[in-house]
Amino acid sequence: MKNDFRKMEDEMDRLATNMAVITDFSARISATLQDRHERITKLAGVHALLRKLQFLFELPSRLTKCVELGAYGQAVRYQGRARAVLQQYQHLPSFRAIQDDCQVITARLAQQLRQRFREGGSGAPEQAECVELLLALGEPAEELCEEFLAHARGRLEEELRSLEAELGPSPPAPDVLEFTDHGGSGFVGGLCQVAAAYQELFAAQGPAGAEKLAAFARELGSRYFALVERRLAQEQGGGDNSLLVRALDRFHRRLRAPGALLAAAGLAEAATDIVERVARERLGHHLQGLQAAFLGSLTDVRQALAAPRIAGKEGPGLAELLANVASSILSHIKASLASVHLFTAKEVSFSNKPYFRGEFCSQGVRESLIVGFIRSMCQTAQSFCDSPGEKGGATPPALLLLLSRLCLDYETATISYILTLTDEQFLVQDQSPVTPVSTLCAEARETARRLLTHYVKVQGLVISQMLRKSVETRDWLSTLEPRNVRAVMKRVVEDTTAIDVQVGLLYEEGVRKAQSSDSSKRTFSVYSSSRQQGRYAPSYTPSAPMDTNLLSNIQKLFSERIDVFSPVEFNKVSVLTGIIKISLKTLLECVRLRTFGRFGLQQVQVDCHFLQLYLWRFVADEELVHLLLDEVVASAALRCPDPVPMEPSVVEVICERG
Amino acid sequence: MPAELEPGGQESPEDATSPAHALELLCHLEPAARGSTACVTWEPAGDGKRVISLADNHILLWDLQESSSQAMLASSASLEGKGQLKFTTGRWSPHHNCSQVATANDTAIRGWDTRTMSQIYCIESAHGQLVRDLDFNPNKQYYLASCGDDCKVRFWDTRNVAEPVKTLEEHSHWVWNVRYNHSHDQLVLTGSSDSRVILSNMVSISSEPFGHLVDDDDLSDQEERRLEEKSQEPPQDSVIATYEEHEDSVYAVDWSSADPWLFASLSYDGRLVINRVPRALKYHILL
Repeated sequence: MKNDFRKMEDEMDRLATNMAVITDFSARISATLQDRHERITKLAGVHALLRKLQFLFELPSRLTKCVELGAYGQAVRYQGRARAVLQQYQHLPSFRAIQDDCQVITARLAQQLRQRFREGGSGAPEQAECVELLLALGEPAEELCEEFLAHARGRLEEELRSLEAELGPSPPAPDVLEFTDHGGSGFVGGLCQVAAAYQELFAAQGPAGAEKLAAFARELGSRYFALVERRLAQEQGGGDNSLLVRALDRFHRRLRAPGALLAAAGLAEAATDIVERVARERLGHHLQGLQAAFLGSLTDVRQALAAPRIAGKEGPGLAELLANVASSILSHIKASLASVHLFTAKEVSFSNKPYFRGEFCSQGVRESLIVGFIRSMCQTAQSFCDSPGEKGGATPPALLLLLSRLCLDYETATISYILTLTDEQFLVQDQSPVTPVSTLCAEARETARRLLTHYVKVQGLVISQMLRKSVETRDWLSTLEPRNVRAVMKRVVEDTTAIDVQVGLLYEEGVRKAQSSDSSKRTFSVYSSSRQQGRYAPSYTPSAPMDTNLLSNIQKLFSERIDVFSPVEFNKVSVLTGIIKISLKTLLECVRLRTFGRFGLQQVQVDCHFLQLYLWRFVADEELVHLLLDEVVASAALRCPDPVPMEPSVVEVICERG
Repeated sequence: MPAELEPGGQESPEDATSPAHALELLCHLEPAARGSTACVTWEPAGDGKRVISLADNHILLWDLQESSSQAMLASSASLEGKGQLKFTTGRWSPHHNCSQVATANDTAIRGWDTRTMSQIYCIESAHGQLVRDLDFNPNKQYYLASCGDDCKVRFWDTRNVAEPVKTLEEHSHWVWNVRYNHSHDQLVLTGSSDSRVILSNMVSISSEPFGHLVDDDDLSDQEERRLEEKSQEPPQDSVIATYEEHEDSVYAVDWSSADPWLFASLSYDGRLVINRVPRALKYHILL
């Protein structure tokens, strides 16, 4: 090992000496070649310089050729390269000449570029190129901005004009979807390109330039929006919203891109505003449609009621008509809800905006459309009550009955059903106040009550008029012995039965006081037994009238006072009781105004017995009928100078016969 | 109620023990010549020489001469039209020198000028059904109250007959009588066949809508302040009281001509009830 190390040491020494020798030699070579090296470098430098000079001298001609060939880009590049040098050496006359030539050519180049730019026949990218080149040539940037924008405006205005042409009446207007597509692709696309190019080119301009662009975009944007709104306003009819929603969706989507680019121009907000406005209008439109449908179904009902009955064929019953009206309204409501629901579908781009998520659902749909419609239904129904001149000639009473039942049904079931449906479909996400179900139900019940009360009044009036005329136009003093019941009483009973049937079609029976088994056989017990002797004494001694008056007054103290226009319940018995009360009270008051002969009194007696035989089964409490009829006969007796009542058995025979 | 044919009454059997005077027949107003008479009223002011009677569809103005022992027909007018028109009631207006008369037939109210016997105004469909009674506001010209079978009481301004000034719907059956208090016209009395008498306070259409105005000099400081507080808001129309002492229909109500706070009502069962206006209201009106 020591040997090896010694060998290595020797070799290392040898290497060192070799290296020294090599270094030595290398230095000697460099020194020899140094001269040549310098000269070559100088030559190379001069060569480069000469080439540059050549380039410069050739520059004008090259530029000219480039301009002729139309290779503007190249020309501008050349120009760019040479400009600094020329600037520096312009004090040298030769350079000055070159510089002048170049400037002339450059000016021509710029002019040509401008011309190309102005022609505008070329598309946007070429224009952008021109502008870029012009900027590189050192043209003032604001002018270029203006011109660029002016050009863009020209193009976009053409697009707008073509859109406007579509709005005109003469060619058949394409549908809304095509319109928005056209607008979107044409105008909005162009605007996007312009905005992007501008921002690229004139980024160095800073906020002033951006402001110009924003103003430009805003102005053209507002014109575009005006056109779009006009077109949308034309979309009046049709319940189907799907086309409209799709068109609005496209419109809104398209404006997202420029909206992002041109945040200052507020395009996206304006678009959302337009969509919101259209949505509100559609809601109003739907509300009107629902109201018209309701009125239409009411007119149908009136026609069906007024139509002459074809012999052998029964007209539609009231229950059927009611079912038809209710189902048609419900189906209209469902259709409206479905078509309005399209506005909040997931795929639609604007359904995420706060308006649609919140206010549209709660205020727009639930409040204005649904609640508004229900309220207007109640108001329309109530307007039937307030018709001037309470003769009831305008509104058929069956219609009043039907409407009152409809409102009652709404109060019990339908309103909550509709509102639940609405709430399910349109999840309300904001906190604005909504009308609770109970308020609406209370309103509907109130309407139903008013309608029913009005119905009772109207029907009561009809029967009262009959009775009043029958009492007022007859000569009671000279009438003959009664042989049969008067025809008008039979008419009254028939009418009451008809009303009973009509009401029974729609309303339940109701509660009636337990009927005693001998109700129909009841005679005027109070009247005939205790009063008879005292009252009809032929001499007017003071004591006798007092006795009977005392008796009758005591009787009255213990019986309840009859309230004639008391509130009516929602069942058949209550309605009929109200009508009969009104009619009998009228009879009473009219009888008190006439003077009766003996047979007149007996006729009244017969008539009242007949009424009692048939009317007791319609009322809730038969005592009521007895009381009123007793009063009638008693009053007639008081108005008679010669009161001799008929035998009860004879009265019964006559009534049974007639 | 079928009215008597004569202004005086018939003689009734005298009771020796009662202090009532006997009635004496003065003269006839051409009985039965023109059908049944609905109403007879005296001229409110003047010397009691003129009488109007309404018979069927005629208005007849009589002049009583020679201490009312003879009646001359001064002028008359008739109502023309389809069907059998019949006057139901009439009233002589105390204003305009007693030259106006209002009549009711069916649902219309007409005003007549007695000097020319021509119609001045006509309120068509004053009520839904028959008009039962009329009364003029004693302190306010042109104001008229009417009541009818549609259970309503309506107040009219005869200068504008298109719409009633006010409508009251307190009764539940036909209203037979409406009467203004003779001196304080905000008190209105109505009687109806639902056996009730209702006294209403119609302040807003009376001649003193803001209550009694008192001179400031007469008040001490304390009272002034109190009065200012009270007169901030005008009093509202309201029902003062409902009198339910009757058991049957009330057919007549009227105010006493001696005491302005007393009134009487008469019902079918022969009950005459005399009532007073509540004391609190009386002092409120007076002070």
